[in-house]
Amino acid sequence: MAGLEDLYREIILDHYRSPRNRGELPVPPAHRVEGFNPLCGDEVVVYLEVEDGTVADLRISGQGCSISQSSASMMSAAVRGRPVNEARKLIRSFKAMMSIREQSLGGDEGSDAGDGADGADGSDTGERAETVSPEDLGELAALQGVVKFPVRIKCATLSWNALAQGLDEIAAGVPSAS
Amino acid sequence: MTSTMDLGPLDVAALRKEFPLLQQESHGKRLVYLDSASSSQRPRAVLEAMDHYYETTHANVHRGVYAIAEEATRQFEEARWATGRFIKAPRPATEIVFTKNATEALNLVAHSYGRHLLPAGKAILLTELEHHANLVPWLMLAEERGVELRFLPVGEDYRLDLSELDRLIDGVGLVGVSCMSNVLGTINDLTPIVAAAHAAGAVVVADGSQLVPHRSVDVSALGVDFLAFTSHKMVGPTGIGVLWAREGLLERMPPFLGGGEMIRDVRLDGFIPNDLPWKFEAGTPPIAEAIGLHAAIRFLETVRMERVARHEIELTARAIELLTERHGDDLRIFGPPADPTARGGVLSLGFRDLHAHDLAQVLDAEGVCVRAGHHCAKPLMRRLGVSATARASFYLYTGEDDIEALSDALCAAAAFFG
Repeated sequence: MAGLEDLYREIILDHYRSPRNRGELPVPPAHRVEGFNPLCGDEVVVYLEVEDGTVADLRISGQGCSISQSSASMMSAAVRGRPVNEARKLIRSFKAMMSIREQSLGGDEGSDAGDGADGADGSDTGERAETVSPEDLGELAALQGVVKFPVRIKCATLSWNALAQGLDEIAAGVPSAS
Repeated sequence: MTSTMDLGPLDVAALRKEFPLLQQESHGKRLVYLDSASSSQRPRAVLEAMDHYYETTHANVHRGVYAIAEEATRQFEEARWATGRFIKAPRPATEIVFTKNATEALNLVAHSYGRHLLPAGKAILLTELEHHANLVPWLMLAEERGVELRFLPVGEDYRLDLSELDRLIDGVGLVGVSCMSNVLGTINDLTPIVAAAHAAGAVVVADGSQLVPHRSVDVSALGVDFLAFTSHKMVGPTGIGVLWAREGLLERMPPFLGGGEMIRDVRLDGFIPNDLPWKFEAGTPPIAEAIGLHAAIRFLETVRMERVARHEIELTARAIELLTERHGDDLRIFGPPADPTARGGVLSLGFRDLHAHDLAQVLDAEGVCVRAGHHCAKPLMRRLGVSATARASFYLYTGEDDIEALSDALCAAAAFFG
């Protein structure tokens, strides 16, 4: 089936079938953020615990397609236990990987697939250089095929926007949504 | 066009030839278009009518005294008349308001009637299966004015549960109800709802977006007070929708949008609104779109709506039978069983444990276009306990070969995801 293998890599299907860090955390102390994809009704809930500048714990709940769920699962594996600044760098890198195709399609940066949850974007701009290349994203690079299916970019970025929003809210001292 | 006077079954293969878009391929396969509930395709006659208008006649309407402006006005008003006749409106010249789409038509009612004529303290009764277009305008009104909203529930049989209608209608000033669910395919029997509403002194706002394109509709027989529908779901162009309302109501209602065209006189300290229906048509209207809609109506009337309805009733029954037989327990159809009067050609599907988005992606690779998602009816999806379905919907150009292609593509999806 032409093209579909680029989208549905084996590692993606594996994370979809056996999602990592699935569950909830008590709020507080954890911070809870919801992400919605208005297009398809997918929702992801990210529970986030930051201690001493580190993402001490992170859980994912919600429901959605294989792309949104596997992306959330891979994200959780990649940032859990990592310093917040590294998590932010990963968010930037992942979104950069997702937006390559959007820009070449002539869309304005940040438009359309550029992700509504926007607390993150403000902190992006000044530190654009600080990203890692897709080759260094590890298994997350498997999601690169998504950019060939522009409608699905929102699925892939859903949990990342929620994570970015959560980190911003924690940094700003905004209380968690319950 | 073929077989114009033939009252027998539709010749789908011949009809399909009238639709240029349906001639193409997608991913190297025949394009199988099963998303007409979202937006239909349009025949060459509609495209040619709009081109012809732009090439020979275009000028702004209701303004110029020169020949082409008068001709543009005449064609625009003729389209209004044809649109009214299509739903058997008693007074097409005054009761048909052109809007941008059905959503705008419903917003017009919510703004004008809802904010000015809905008696204080009266509640609004809606249903759990409304499209967001007939829900969010009322939620906005409720938020702004504190109006109480009530909902007729959807039963286990995917039909409206009217057992509490008498209790729910008490104290209601307006009822909003869809003629046919865009998710379930359920055709709602409006008769008891209209009777209860009118007995309670309430008006009925019907969303006809899914019914008007597929069945012969007679607004007087429906008994409703407002009916909204849209051109692009009935082989017409995008950009034009329709509000039909009783003349007496439109007369009492204040304008919705302000601007040119909708006024009779303007001074610096006020304005006098125009006559019906222009009072509700601020600014330059969608003129070419109205002419395209007229061509679409002519097309449907030539085919005959009775034949369109019969074709879709038979195709829906056949599709349910074929898909159930071939896919058994792998397939779940969210909606009532085949029923000529109570079910239209919309099949919301769940397949194995696949998410609708993933399913639709594989179907697309097979050339099959279905809609995946919540279909702008999130409260109904919550009621069904799913976040998304894959929806296949039919029209006059849909044939059994399309259903077979859908079934084959479901097998491909099963093979792909293992």
